[in-house]
Amino acid sequence: MIPAALLLLLFWGGTAVAAPPLLSPPEGFRVLDTPNDAGKSLSLVWKASPSDSKNRLVQVWAAESPQAAFNKVAEFPSNTRYVKPGDFPWWAQPAGKGDHYVKLSSSQAFPIENGKRYTVKLLMREGGREAWSDVAGGTAAPNYFNTAQINNLVFVLAFTGVLLGSIAAARRNPHVPLRRIAGLDAVEEAIGRSTEMGRPILYLTGAGDMSEVPTIAATVILGEVAKKVAHYDTTLKVPHRDPIVMAVCQEIVKEAYVEAGRPDAYKDESNFFITGDQFSYTAAVDGIMLREKPAANFFMGSYFAESLLLTETGASTGAIQIAGTDSDHQLPFFVTTCDYTLIGEELYAASAYLSREPVLVGTLRGQDFGKAFIMGVLVLGTALATVGVVADVDGVNYVLDLFKDFK
Amino acid sequence: MPEAMLPTEVVLGAWVAAGLTLFIYSFLYKDNPLFKLGEHLYVGISVGYSVVLAWHTVFLRLLWEPLQKAVGEAPASPDSYVLLIPATLGVFMLTRFIPQISWLSRIAFAFVVGFGSGVAIPRTISSYILKQIEDTVNPLLTMGAGGLTMGFDLAAPQSGVNTIILLVGVVSVLFYFFFSVEHTGAGMVTARTGIYFLMIAFGAAFGYTVMSRMSLLIGRFRDLITFAGAAYGYATLVLLAVTVLSLVGWELATRRKTGGASPE
Repeated sequence: MIPAALLLLLFWGGTAVAAPPLLSPPEGFRVLDTPNDAGKSLSLVWKASPSDSKNRLVQVWAAESPQAAFNKVAEFPSNTRYVKPGDFPWWAQPAGKGDHYVKLSSSQAFPIENGKRYTVKLLMREGGREAWSDVAGGTAAPNYFNTAQINNLVFVLAFTGVLLGSIAAARRNPHVPLRRIAGLDAVEEAIGRSTEMGRPILYLTGAGDMSEVPTIAATVILGEVAKKVAHYDTTLKVPHRDPIVMAVCQEIVKEAYVEAGRPDAYKDESNFFITGDQFSYTAAVDGIMLREKPAANFFMGSYFAESLLLTETGASTGAIQIAGTDSDHQLPFFVTTCDYTLIGEELYAASAYLSREPVLVGTLRGQDFGKAFIMGVLVLGTALATVGVVADVDGVNYVLDLFKDFK
Repeated sequence: MPEAMLPTEVVLGAWVAAGLTLFIYSFLYKDNPLFKLGEHLYVGISVGYSVVLAWHTVFLRLLWEPLQKAVGEAPASPDSYVLLIPATLGVFMLTRFIPQISWLSRIAFAFVVGFGSGVAIPRTISSYILKQIEDTVNPLLTMGAGGLTMGFDLAAPQSGVNTIILLVGVVSVLFYFFFSVEHTGAGMVTARTGIYFLMIAFGAAFGYTVMSRMSLLIGRFRDLITFAGAAYGYATLVLLAVTVLSLVGWELATRRKTGGASPE
């Protein structure tokens, strides 16, 4: 019996000597309302540890109140969920560089309500060992202002300032030279051709609604085209697939006729609604092209898969076709089937080019200043990013972050 | 072995689908009454469908039901009536049908256009300026195990050589879209470079889109072949014969009426 007891004592003592060290709990653990969001979400932050590894797991336990029972809501290896460069701009960092950051969103398993305080704690586990963090609390709330996008606001304000300055300059000196855009020079020719042939002009404003910039540009160009149409007393047909765009276009065309001194020639029916459905609208417009044989077809605005169906039919009727879109996937089809194509921003420049109004010409010049600025940023930014790598300095990010898109 | 009988509604659906597909394809010959029938049915059904959809998903679900619920729960609270504001704007749009008060519709349209522009401007800055700058600005060199290197791997998007190509492409295309500067001298070279980049991009997009259209065409043909089977009562074959015979009959009748001239 004695040797057995001795062995047991030795074994017991050996175990005590080989016991692994206790796990250290996460340091600096805090819970905060997720910044710059619509609410119903909390963010958890704690310091990184040199002993973080894939074998050491972190469990997130949350409760609806300090008195309520905690539930496990997430689990992941402790060497993940770090704040990485580029996650947040330097002016809106919820956690220090290299810290752990976890966003806890409302879910069916753990719903988070705005204005209610939740308590959260972390559990570190590795092998059979465990360590709890302090309990921290936080309240979710929606944010009215997204501070991560302040650079976006600064851009809007700066560009607005440049545009207003350019408009003021264009008013003082209205003879701002604009480079020739072949597609726009052809507008007059197309309308003249329709007048000579006694055939209508078909003008499409695209598939977008009034919240899309190309649609707005298409309606503005329609105004200029309508003025010339009123002057020549030609028939204008504008089939629509969005009722709001149609109503806006009715107003624009009516105003164009008044400005051209021909309010009597205006017809409300020149703008008409077909359907909101993409391909049935296309079939109907194709039918109009074949039956009424317009001498000029204008395709302005944004387009999708219907573009080739429309322009191919138009080309088969022998109409002169002018397209303008920033839908880059449809541009190749317009280039191959139309006589003239306004590529991307040429669509936005068209109204200024056609009207030569100081406000629009000034806007165009202001946009050119904006583009020059962006070109400078691209070249200098690439140089700065390269310097950052060569000299291994993070300081360049203070400048580069200003030109990044943060959500 | 005889094929299993399909439910009547499936067979009927196949006949309608095959018939309308062939009627719309008859446009490849020329504009004709069968195409007009298909076109008018398509437009009419899509308008009818969208009206029903708008009634159920917009009027009932977004306005009537929430308003009824809110007023039923708290009739004295002004918050219960907040949905009447967009409803009033919607009614303003309908005043276009009454010339005496049609000016009210401008309030609603001003709201829509103003809201649309307000939403579009920051989104445009975000997607077309900041995101573009962010993706274009990359270091030309990378720090690897062997020290500083410039990547020449064309397949790696952020290699040094791709960064240079991207930078030259974006800057030259941007220059092409300068409107208050004449494209002469060095400017012409830069703008011409920009056009080359644009045309390469358009060519790639063209090929990609044509391939996806081909897959749509194959899908349609596959349906037509399926509907040509005995289980569907040889719908495609019968309707193809009907379409061809109708077109021949229409062509002959029209020529007789116009004294030998084609309908066009």
